[in-house]
Amino acid sequence: MSNLVKGRTGDWEVVIGLETHAQIVSDAKLFSGAATAFGAEQNTQVSTVDAAFPGMLPVINRHCVEQAVKTGLGLNAQINPVSIFDRKNYFYADLPAGYQISQYKSPVVGKGEVVLDMPDGERRHIGITRLHLEQDAGKSLHDQHPTMTYVDLNRAGVGLMEIVSEPDLRSAEEAGAYLRKLRSILRYLGTCDGNMEEGSLRCDCNVSVRRAGETKFGTRAEIKNVNSIRFVMQAIEYEARRQIEILEDGGSIVQETRLFDAHRGETRPMRSKENDFDYRYFPDPDLLPLELDPAWIEGLRRGLPELPDARKARFVAELGLTPYDADVLVAEKSHADYFETVAAGRDAKLAANWVTGDLFGALNRLGKEIEASPVSAPALGELLDLIRDNTISGRIAKDVFAAMLETGKSAGAIVEERGLRQVTDSGPIEAAVEAVLAANADKVAEYKSGKDKLYGFFVGQAMKATGGKANPALLNDILRKKLSA
Amino acid sequence: MSELTRLTLSDARDGLRAGEFSARELTEAHLDAMAASRALNAFVTETPERALAMAAASDARLAQGQAGLLEGLPVAVKDLFCTKDILTTACSRILDGFKPPYESTVTQKLWDSGAVMLGKTSLDEFAMGSSNSTSCHGPVENPWRRRGDNRPLVPGGSSGGSAAAVAARLALGATGTDTGGSIRQPASFCGVVGMKPTYGRCSRWGVVAFASSLDHPGPIARTVRDAALMLQAMSGHDPRDSTSAPIPVPDFAASLTGDIRGLRIGVPKEYRVDGMPPEIETLWQRGVEWIKAAGATPVEISLPMTKYALATYYIIAPAEASSNLARYDGVRFGLRVPGASIDEMYENTRAAGFGAEVKRRILIGTYVLSAGYYDAYYLRAQKIRALIARDFAAAFERCDAILTPTTPSPAFALGEKQDDPVTMYLNDVFTVPADLAGLPAISLPAGLSDDGLPLGLHVIGRAFDEETVFRVAGVLEGAAAFTAEPGR
Repeated sequence: MSNLVKGRTGDWEVVIGLETHAQIVSDAKLFSGAATAFGAEQNTQVSTVDAAFPGMLPVINRHCVEQAVKTGLGLNAQINPVSIFDRKNYFYADLPAGYQISQYKSPVVGKGEVVLDMPDGERRHIGITRLHLEQDAGKSLHDQHPTMTYVDLNRAGVGLMEIVSEPDLRSAEEAGAYLRKLRSILRYLGTCDGNMEEGSLRCDCNVSVRRAGETKFGTRAEIKNVNSIRFVMQAIEYEARRQIEILEDGGSIVQETRLFDAHRGETRPMRSKENDFDYRYFPDPDLLPLELDPAWIEGLRRGLPELPDARKARFVAELGLTPYDADVLVAEKSHADYFETVAAGRDAKLAANWVTGDLFGALNRLGKEIEASPVSAPALGELLDLIRDNTISGRIAKDVFAAMLETGKSAGAIVEERGLRQVTDSGPIEAAVEAVLAANADKVAEYKSGKDKLYGFFVGQAMKATGGKANPALLNDILRKKLSA
Repeated sequence: MSELTRLTLSDARDGLRAGEFSARELTEAHLDAMAASRALNAFVTETPERALAMAAASDARLAQGQAGLLEGLPVAVKDLFCTKDILTTACSRILDGFKPPYESTVTQKLWDSGAVMLGKTSLDEFAMGSSNSTSCHGPVENPWRRRGDNRPLVPGGSSGGSAAAVAARLALGATGTDTGGSIRQPASFCGVVGMKPTYGRCSRWGVVAFASSLDHPGPIARTVRDAALMLQAMSGHDPRDSTSAPIPVPDFAASLTGDIRGLRIGVPKEYRVDGMPPEIETLWQRGVEWIKAAGATPVEISLPMTKYALATYYIIAPAEASSNLARYDGVRFGLRVPGASIDEMYENTRAAGFGAEVKRRILIGTYVLSAGYYDAYYLRAQKIRALIARDFAAAFERCDAILTPTTPSPAFALGEKQDDPVTMYLNDVFTVPADLAGLPAISLPAGLSDDGLPLGLHVIGRAFDEETVFRVAGVLEGAAAFTAEPGR
């Protein structure tokens, strides 16, 4: 697939690297025992360590390290047995200590990769440069007072994993696919909830362009803190187009930090490199180097859950799903879990069709996540059982499913209440077929003289006469017999 | 002066246990002495009510035979240690009105062992200084005077208030912190004992940070045994300080056997610095003779990187300080001077809140960590720091402890060395290496200068071998028989 962008003077290639900040799923902050509940009342999840009171000292939270290492393993990355915490110094009201504890030269996780299966079937390997641990800052609230800024420190000190990709992405679509895949891996691992609206996953985009065939990178701009996959894609599209226009007009790109304005759909300058902070990184003397026991890392590796790539391969190889259906199902762990519950002991392909078709369609219409689905996985499984044992036909099943969505009742209850049990008794079907044929003698004659298409008409009429409840196979048998008589 | 304030901490401890006097009487005697000696300006906050309440509780425990290690013994606390609900200022305007909602680990351990808090003692602002003259509460006076000269002298610093209080018999002991010599240099200037333990022996939790990798809490007292008892109570692993050592605390006082036969005592040849007064050289020689007489063997050792120690220290300490002091921004506690924007508020607050020496070190620290200078300064300093530690490791292959003078001169007069910061910094030339290497080191009074001021000898030991340091210091203390007392 060609990702080249056409300009006035020729083709351009877009080069993208992403820095993703993923909030670690943990009950406590990275260096203090304070709680991390989202949405708690302002400044209630704060210890004197988080507020950087004099003499307070950080102590690393073992669970957060475990989460970072698990994520590194999930990204097939090198786990560094020794890593170092550094201080990144800058003044801001929501950064209580005047520095952020981060990892600069020696991150806990080194090189890894994320594999993308693009819709056109191409497989792309996106390099991960590193993953490091760092603290989140608090929040400045500018809308609480006409002239003052308020500060909420609930988020200050919460553990983040900064995951940096290589500049391997070549289009907004690839960037979107990368983020979806990364989020999926994080959710499978349970190391980040991936909720971009709540800010637990945030993204900085490094974007540059170069003429097709050029091997050197162009000057890049960094777009800070974009908070949805859609916005990331929009920001990249806009930024690439902006840079191409400048270059084609004979200008040059300034290395700078830019902001994405979601309302206008454009990026604009935040600060240039010359005005960039000098963060004065140096090793945090309050913390010892983080040393990991290889046996402990191996234990985590053995305990890793099945990740999306492996699950997809299993769905294809063992359950006979198409790669496309498997891809759709594994993207979200909750979807794949739902599917596996439905498919257990049943026809997996039929289950996949129902989940990706009817269920996803319904959830989409209702604007609900699968966790809030009105039809649970066992309930959908029961519906499939009714199809399999010929209690209802596939067609009636659609009506039953609609009723389940609406009422929340079980498939069996709806079938009984509404008398939807399939007719498998040949007597009433024969009677219905005979009546249809008798009422349409002219069409029967046409059919017999070669107009095969009319067969479907007879099926429809006969089905209608049974209220849709006739067993389709039996109806077909009887109809064929009568028509060939 | 009450007889009770003349007791050493150890004797007072014995007296309390023998019921010769009560903790209340002992505490009142010290509170009276404090009130009578306010001219020294050693204390910045006195806590008499708390002291009397703690003394009463101690008397009850003594009566029940449940005395802790330091039960009923009144001590002072350097105002760098956070004390719950009691003003803690680091002697800086920037911490104006700050009352911590927590108690530092070291002071909590003291109170848990039964010690009685008399109050908070003065220091150079944020522990940055060697004269206790940069405190926002004004300079502290050394209780000693030169013979025939009544000009006030500095007590040394930064733990100058603690050293002056102990020397003037206002407290049986006091906490200090040592980053470049801030326990040992004032102890030497005031004729008392100052012990800087191994880095990691005493928790830094709740101690206002100056330079995290160099800050060592430790005791100041009047005898080596007193210092050993205090350090005993102050030490121990603290899971809230990641740099605290998870190793058991030995019985330090038990190490004072008086027997150093067979020990090899290193005498570093590089410590003969230019311009060192002959009286310091003489004192050092006398120390070597005492060691020999006690059956130990002096051995000449080489610490070649020592000449870079001060320069290294004055890069690393300001670098860490520039970052540690960033939290004093007027946002959450302490002083706030309003401004039209947040940047202006920062500038106004920090300009008004910090004194000149603190600003100088923040500027130096910011500079040496800046892009383009980091490698040339900070990184090189870290490398030299490692080499200094290696020097000591090599020396300790050949000896069991090292003997040097504590300072290159006795106490100087207020304002005497203050025109040039580098002259002031030279005070720490013998003490800084042990801070950079994190090694235990003690200063004990061992003689008087020609004009009658106390001079200290300095013993450095292997990491976590405070016992040998105490043992050698105990023998020197006995040999020196230092009985001189300050004039005030």
